[in-house]
Amino acid sequence: MCGIVGLHLREPTLHPRLGELLAAMLGQLAERGPDSAGVAVYGDPVLTPPGRSTVSLLHVSDTTPLSEHLPDVKTIPLGQTTLVHAPVTTDTLLTAVTATLPGATVIGSGTGVAVMKGTGHPADLTRSLGLAGMTGWQGVGHTRMATESAVTPEGAHPFSVGPDQCLVHNGSFANHATIRRELRADGVVFDSENDSEVGARFVTHQLARGADLEKALRLLCERFDGFYTLLVSTADSFAVVRDAIACKPALIAETPQWVAMASEYRALAVLPGVDAARIFEPEPEEVYVWTR
Amino acid sequence: MDPMTVDLAATPVRDLNQALHAPEPEQRWRVRNPRGAHAIACGLTRPLSVEIDGHVGYYCAGMNQHAAVTVNGNAGVGVAENMMSGTVRIRGNTSQSAGATAHGGLLVIEGDAAARCGISMKGVDIVVGGDVGHMSAFMGQAGRLVVCGDAGDALGDSLYEARLYVKGAVKSLGADCVEKPMRDEHLTELAGLLKAAEFDEDPAAFRRYGSARRLYHFKIDNAY
Repeated sequence: MCGIVGLHLREPTLHPRLGELLAAMLGQLAERGPDSAGVAVYGDPVLTPPGRSTVSLLHVSDTTPLSEHLPDVKTIPLGQTTLVHAPVTTDTLLTAVTATLPGATVIGSGTGVAVMKGTGHPADLTRSLGLAGMTGWQGVGHTRMATESAVTPEGAHPFSVGPDQCLVHNGSFANHATIRRELRADGVVFDSENDSEVGARFVTHQLARGADLEKALRLLCERFDGFYTLLVSTADSFAVVRDAIACKPALIAETPQWVAMASEYRALAVLPGVDAARIFEPEPEEVYVWTR
Repeated sequence: MDPMTVDLAATPVRDLNQALHAPEPEQRWRVRNPRGAHAIACGLTRPLSVEIDGHVGYYCAGMNQHAAVTVNGNAGVGVAENMMSGTVRIRGNTSQSAGATAHGGLLVIEGDAAARCGISMKGVDIVVGGDVGHMSAFMGQAGRLVVCGDAGDALGDSLYEARLYVKGAVKSLGADCVEKPMRDEHLTELAGLLKAAEFDEDPAAFRRYGSARRLYHFKIDNAY
């Protein structure tokens, strides 16, 4: 099963309500994925302050070695996730994290996104994060019912493997082992045996090679077999694509104030002005992209 | 007499459904604030009238017998699935698998239906005012599917005996589904279905599709 929610706010006066709305949406889809959950929040000035880079981490208990290595590192513990930010480039911060926190798993990095995930009921996660108090211009979330790999914090979505990029997936890729092998041959490094991570690595790989988001997702449709509804976000965009069979549900609602995507309507029903929204199901293998 | 009104913002769906299943329920019901909840008005067995104001979630009016259920909004996956009799009318659009496996009754969708509308239909009549998605009437065994708009890919794939009428374009026909001539009895049948659905369409503007019956028997040429 699994549940997906996403919210791309066009109306700046709604930015203070991003976390509250995302938490309400996610809560509606807890039954679709009660084993783990995750969210990514774009543009929260506390989590990702302007002028600094932020890295999201799992399996970190003490960031002192990083603080001793880099000046002005701030640490934000959020349940099973730890965020660190510093006034350096993302690459510099990532290199410092790898050197000083060898047990940590990087689950997100960039200048504008905070990725937070963990095992357990989605409602517990949103509470432990204080999601309802977070702000920003875009957010994505996922509730997971694991099928292809173990229930672990790193197996939860979103998968964020490129700068400010996130992918959430409902479904299962059939040929992920083949594509993982091909990407490894191209030098791509993986964190897990999870099929969705392969989708995220593929998209990031295509974006790094110069494709735009729409082209990267078209290439994904050509290369991947299996079932998928995907929500992919970047530093400025929000995109949805489904496989040719389109059995994994997806609904998009659009108003002048926001664009939202969810697995089921009940997650959209919590949004302000939804009664006047244009609501539609994305067509199979059609890529939908909204840019800020 | 005013209908019995239930506000799902205050009343759980289970309470509503239990009230609709009571031995001697009220005859007319109005449901407010469905907000995408699942399984609203499922398993009704009496000739009740239920009108729902808003969008419903999965399996609304599933297994319906005799009741008339109207949704003033959109419906999620599997609306009127396995319906036996009665009428279900959706004023908006429906998600995938509308009317799946339904044996009887009339399902009217005034907007568009998504993929697999009428999948494995077993006798239901489905009339869609707009378009239907891919693989509609997949493995349909009996009943009629009327589409006033266009049909997506693989219409009527692996069809047994359901009859399909489409006014607009068919993107592609599924395995063993073929166009068939519209004879007088088909025009009469279609006119009756359009009238029952309260759609003002000209039967002569439709084309008929059905099974070529080539999949009924094992063909040695297909063996490996």
